[in-house]
Amino acid sequence: MTSIITRRRMTFGAAAASALPLLGRGAQAQAPLGVGFVYVGPIGDHGYTWTHDQGRLALEKEYGAKIKTSFIENVAEGPDAARAIRQLAQAGNQLIFATSFGFMNPTIQVAKQFPKIKFEHATGYQRAENVATYNARFYEGRAVIGTIAGHMSKSGQAGYVASFPIPEVVMGINAFHLAARKVNPNFKTKVIWASTWYDPAKEADAAKALIDQGADMITQHTDSAAPLQAAEQRGVFAFGQASDMSAFAPKAHLTAIVDDWSGYYIKRVKEVMDGTWKTGDVWGGLKEGMVRMAPFNPAMTPAARAAAEELVKGITAGTLHPFTGELKDQKGEVRVKAGETASDEILSKMDWYVDGVQA
Amino acid sequence: MLEWRRRREPSTLMLGLSPLIAIGLTMLIGMLVFTAMGYDGFHAVRDIFLTPFLEPQRWPDLGVKAAPLVMIALGLAIGFRANVWNIGAEGQYVMGAIAGTGVALATHGMSGWWILPAMALGGIVGGMAWAAMPALLRVKLQVSEILTSLMLTYVAVQVLYFLVRGPWKDPEGFNFPQTRMFTADQTLPIVIPESLVHLGIPLALVIAVIAWLLMEKTTAGYAVKVVGLAPAAARHGGFNADTVTWATLLASGGLAGLAGLFEAAGPFGQLTPQFPTGYGFTAIIVAFLGRLNPIGIVFGGIVLAATYVGGEIAQTTVRLPQAATGMFQALLLFMLLATDVLVRFRIGWRGRTA
Amino acid sequence: MTSAILVSILMTLVAASTPILLAALGELVVEKSGVLNLGVEGMMLCGAVAGFAVAFSTGSTGLGLVAAAIAGIATAMVFAVLTLSLTANQVATGLALTIFGVGASSLIGAGFVGKTITRLGPVFPESLSGHPWLRAVFGHDIVVYLSLALVFGVGFFLRRTRAGLILRAVGENDASAHAIGYPVIAIRYGAIAFGGALAGLGGAYFSLALTPMWADRLTAGRGWIALALVVFAAWKPGRLLLGAYLFGAVMTLELQAKAAGVTWLAPELLATAPYLATIAVLTMMSLGRKTGRLDAPACLGKPFSAS
Repeated sequence: MTSIITRRRMTFGAAAASALPLLGRGAQAQAPLGVGFVYVGPIGDHGYTWTHDQGRLALEKEYGAKIKTSFIENVAEGPDAARAIRQLAQAGNQLIFATSFGFMNPTIQVAKQFPKIKFEHATGYQRAENVATYNARFYEGRAVIGTIAGHMSKSGQAGYVASFPIPEVVMGINAFHLAARKVNPNFKTKVIWASTWYDPAKEADAAKALIDQGADMITQHTDSAAPLQAAEQRGVFAFGQASDMSAFAPKAHLTAIVDDWSGYYIKRVKEVMDGTWKTGDVWGGLKEGMVRMAPFNPAMTPAARAAAEELVKGITAGTLHPFTGELKDQKGEVRVKAGETASDEILSKMDWYVDGVQA
Repeated sequence: MLEWRRRREPSTLMLGLSPLIAIGLTMLIGMLVFTAMGYDGFHAVRDIFLTPFLEPQRWPDLGVKAAPLVMIALGLAIGFRANVWNIGAEGQYVMGAIAGTGVALATHGMSGWWILPAMALGGIVGGMAWAAMPALLRVKLQVSEILTSLMLTYVAVQVLYFLVRGPWKDPEGFNFPQTRMFTADQTLPIVIPESLVHLGIPLALVIAVIAWLLMEKTTAGYAVKVVGLAPAAARHGGFNADTVTWATLLASGGLAGLAGLFEAAGPFGQLTPQFPTGYGFTAIIVAFLGRLNPIGIVFGGIVLAATYVGGEIAQTTVRLPQAATGMFQALLLFMLLATDVLVRFRIGWRGRTA
Repeated sequence: MTSAILVSILMTLVAASTPILLAALGELVVEKSGVLNLGVEGMMLCGAVAGFAVAFSTGSTGLGLVAAAIAGIATAMVFAVLTLSLTANQVATGLALTIFGVGASSLIGAGFVGKTITRLGPVFPESLSGHPWLRAVFGHDIVVYLSLALVFGVGFFLRRTRAGLILRAVGENDASAHAIGYPVIAIRYGAIAFGGALAGLGGAYFSLALTPMWADRLTAGRGWIALALVVFAAWKPGRLLLGAYLFGAVMTLELQAKAAGVTWLAPELLATAPYLATIAVLTMMSLGRKTGRLDAPACLGKPFSAS
């Protein structure tokens, strides 16, 4: 059992003071720039944490001896996170990436004590002078696979193995379903809440149950490649999560939504080196390269391929938005008016489903 | 030929010495194994076992990590002495936090000095209630408390999940599964200004001293030990084993529940699905590390806290994987359990009488 | 619902139940000998990683299964030496064994993350294993049949053989068994080794059959469920089979119900069912007993030393 948020009404004055000599040392021109990462899972999860670590490795490749990266993995969200982030700050890192939502309050807290160190928090909404936030528009990728599913599905039913109904997951389900519906107005998306981010056997069984109930497209918002393996075994199609998972299911894997943090990490490190780093909120998608599509499987029909490529092009150019009105929720209430697109605020608080989603 | 001989009396020298031997052996074996695996074994061991003690800025971290472990282990040790095997402290810890949080949510918007004590009371009652079930089943029906307390741990964790995703979800929390943040009056105060040291840490120490006095200086403590060592003799002496079972389970449940509330009202400041971190299980290790002695448990808790804090240091300095920290903890316990034999046995030559 | 779906659900159910059945069956024998090993999850993980590593390196899932059993035994031996030879506390040692297994499997498995192997396939030829409904009987892999055979094997051993009788005697009253001249420690070593082998196989069923890959903590807590199951089954192999399949059925049918759009009880509350059911079974067993004591081996969890 692993372990979000801390709110200590205290300061870390003593800790900050003792770290000052280290800071001074790190600031010297010839010393490598320390870049620290805090991970919520093990780097061996081949899922979410693994993609962030790929970003870290890309940094090392890009900057070589000019930087020194370090990471602390498997950090429980809560008091342990504050300790891990502080530990990286005290060790002389000048840029620290906290890569899980649950690290938000600890990051803000520690950042107050280390005003000279830059912090980056993934998927959160609290910022400060020295705390920036970043996230990826995974829903753009979800729209692409939804389009493909709409074209490729014979039964007109997709199975969605989901973790928990938080806004990130809900917007993904809606984006997928809206795109599939554009192709096939009768498309159905069935969601199973696995109530876990990671339990390979359960994820696989959820996928099998969805296939038994008529789904011939499997997609997921959980971490392991198990649903793909189940799809491969049952001879239906599926989509990879977070990274190219075609090795696990060469026939079933049509494409994957690839999280690519390397471009953002390389850019931000450069800005710290140049002294141009500023706080902010980056929410990058296909255009920025933070979300990519894995190579399309040759099994894909020409129509599906063409539609997917067109959508990628449109989203990248900014002419298409997956959440373009009119959008109604399941009670029939209009959530996004005709001709308008959903604001980022609507997306980041999304807790309603569009018509035709069975969640 | 060498053989083990049971000592007539457990060796007090070995009782104190064996944990040190165990720590020494763990460091040595750990160093060899991780060097063989291609890591910098020497620095790994140094960072895990020494650095947390040598750098004063780590001390508050040690305290924050050790306090809940020590509190839970104190309660468990009392039960273990009486041969009552509560291994469901994790569930009682979670249930204590749930009950205390219930008080916090009910008093949301109120203020007053009485709120925190009421939450603490809720924590104790929650933990006790969760321990009362195994107690009842054992006393009335002779059902093993090992199994029932373990089963109830999973139930407690699922109840937590249900509450934070359902009725107790923060209305302003973007639909994230977590409760509201506690207010200032619902949060443990910081006792040393400008530090992390919250009230729960000195209280853990006070409780350790009370537990020691209770176990060593009172008839009740004596009763617990007699029931554990010689149930038959205890009956003759007029000690009621059922009463001892009830008392030790309620004490360990209550302490685990209070530790859970302190963690919720201290470092967490709310309840989240990530709240259960396995402290209830780790505390079993702490109890054994401390030789089931309250003062020993304080040291045991600090040593184990150091392996967590030091494990993170070793990750950044020598890239030792986090999994290796678990290996060190397991190795430490293996060594401790292995050297425990020195307390009860001595090595002698076969053929000679003791 | 068509018969094809029923067969498919049955296949999923059997596959989900098998690893828990194996691990629990091993633990049952261990507990019958009077030893409580709480390190099942740790042994399963060590079996899972060893099975995958060997299967990946040699290309043989069969060798993988053998390696998993050996790895399970090796892990169990750490427990055996500490608790039997050094009379260490079983609860603490078992917990430490799980911490050890999680760590060791992660370290060993680091190089195998993201690798794939061929899934452990059905035993019978395609004509049977691929048949639309005969596959419900003939479509399983070797481990499924092995687990069923082992249930009967263990049941026969415990009830009908002299060796089984001795093992139970050791678990019921180690002091008397020792006085009669049975090698209590050696018998318990054997039981713990058997438990380790089955836990290892159960773990490998994840990495070789269910989800043929390695990732950290692949078994996701099934070892603890296996422990609960032994109690649920009142230490009887037949009931264990029933319990494991019942558990697999609840897991599978819950997912099927969700996929069919049936709104069910809150999933969190449903998840408490196996544990509450176990406590209920324990309680009913105690209420209904006539002999004055439980079916639980009397010496369960207590250390034994000959001197």
